[in-house]
Amino acid sequence: MRRAVSALLRKEASLELRTPQVIPAMALFSLVTYVVFHFGLRRNELEGDLAAGVLWATILFAAMLGVGRLFVTDREEGGFDAFLLAPVDRTSLFVAKALSMLAFLALVQVVAIPAFFVLLLGPGLSAAHTLDLILVLALADLGIAIVGTLVGALAVQTRARDLITPLLALPLLVPVIIGAARASSPLLAEHATALPAKWLAVLGLYDLVFGLLAYGLFDFLVED
Amino acid sequence: MAEPVAGAPAIDLRNVTRRYGERTALFDVTVALDPGRTLVVFGPNGAGKSTLLRILATLLRTHEGTASVLGHDLKRDGWKVRGHVGLLGHDPLLYRDLTIRENLRFHARLHDVPLARIEELLDAVGLRARANDQVHTLSRGLVQRAAVCRAVLHDPALLLLDEPKANLDPAAAAIVDPLIGAASGRTRVITSHDPAGGLAEADLALGLRAGRADLLAPAADVTTAMIGELYAV
Repeated sequence: MRRAVSALLRKEASLELRTPQVIPAMALFSLVTYVVFHFGLRRNELEGDLAAGVLWATILFAAMLGVGRLFVTDREEGGFDAFLLAPVDRTSLFVAKALSMLAFLALVQVVAIPAFFVLLLGPGLSAAHTLDLILVLALADLGIAIVGTLVGALAVQTRARDLITPLLALPLLVPVIIGAARASSPLLAEHATALPAKWLAVLGLYDLVFGLLAYGLFDFLVED
Repeated sequence: MAEPVAGAPAIDLRNVTRRYGERTALFDVTVALDPGRTLVVFGPNGAGKSTLLRILATLLRTHEGTASVLGHDLKRDGWKVRGHVGLLGHDPLLYRDLTIRENLRFHARLHDVPLARIEELLDAVGLRARANDQVHTLSRGLVQRAAVCRAVLHDPALLLLDEPKANLDPAAAAIVDPLIGAASGRTRVITSHDPAGGLAEADLALGLRAGRADLLAPAADVTTAMIGELYAV
């Protein structure tokens, strides 16, 4: 499995470096969405629940762009068939794609999170709370990557994949939004308080359950 | 990766039917082929030739009947066949934005093949000088040569070739012949629209029309006129 995952990750990195598509699109979408929220809410600065809501709605919708493109090149250029012909565990495709999606999200957030702090967030964030926020981002991104990969593999086999992707992924990701927004809201408040462990546990449990589900189901999704 | 079963037919299809929704692409097809032999499949567009190849490649399941490849039942042990099959279809299965060498390295890693094999094949098909060019910059003939390298990279026992020389000029066809021709010594299933050329390659000829096997006979017993009848409207 390691050999196949490594081959697939190298290929994903080469393709994204050669013709950057997903990461620039997701980053630009995030920045534009902040501007839309800025004018839509008629607020210069946000904090607490509202800040968390704007941050996570933006991340989630930006992620839909990545999920929608995750398997498209493989489907259109035959990489899917080539992979299925190889003597490798088919779950390695799931692992590689989920790791790619996780990397895309992390790279986008390197731009999008500082931009959010500069453009919209009212109160500053202490170093300790920044680390807490990174922990929330990591757990939520993992959930988005797992469910996104599962949905992407399903949607790419349909003609209406652009419609199917958000229609399937967004409802499945509602628990991630709830957990991530509740966990990060105290960190983004005027008087920031401790990270609520309960919501971190919810995110961790979500990742575990959907990770196992995806691991068990993926073979059936890519089989004829 | 499991090895081919010694003494078993390379291909053994019995009453195979495959549907796409309401449409039947293959109906009740029975054919067997010994190792090292060549089956050439003739038939008009939509006759089921590509479907047959995709079933043999384990990319499609049969809906009825049984299919064995290299001695392994595809429904139960399809995974044992992967890695022993090389598929060369209309689609080259190469990423357009990667170079030929990057594509072949990707496939070599998936099949656990030493990277030195790539250089050997690039030399064999005369592509070493273009190996660092992205696939989308190449002519169809050069892409087809790269696809030949991809199909035989892992030295498959069974080659599935869908009109393999369609985009190749005579010189290029001669270049790839040692890899995918009869001299390769591999069991081959080839689809063709060229009665004379196809029969020259074949040990066994299969004629498909509307998914049914209208013709199945040793190539020596088949004439180009018999093949031509498959295409009659």
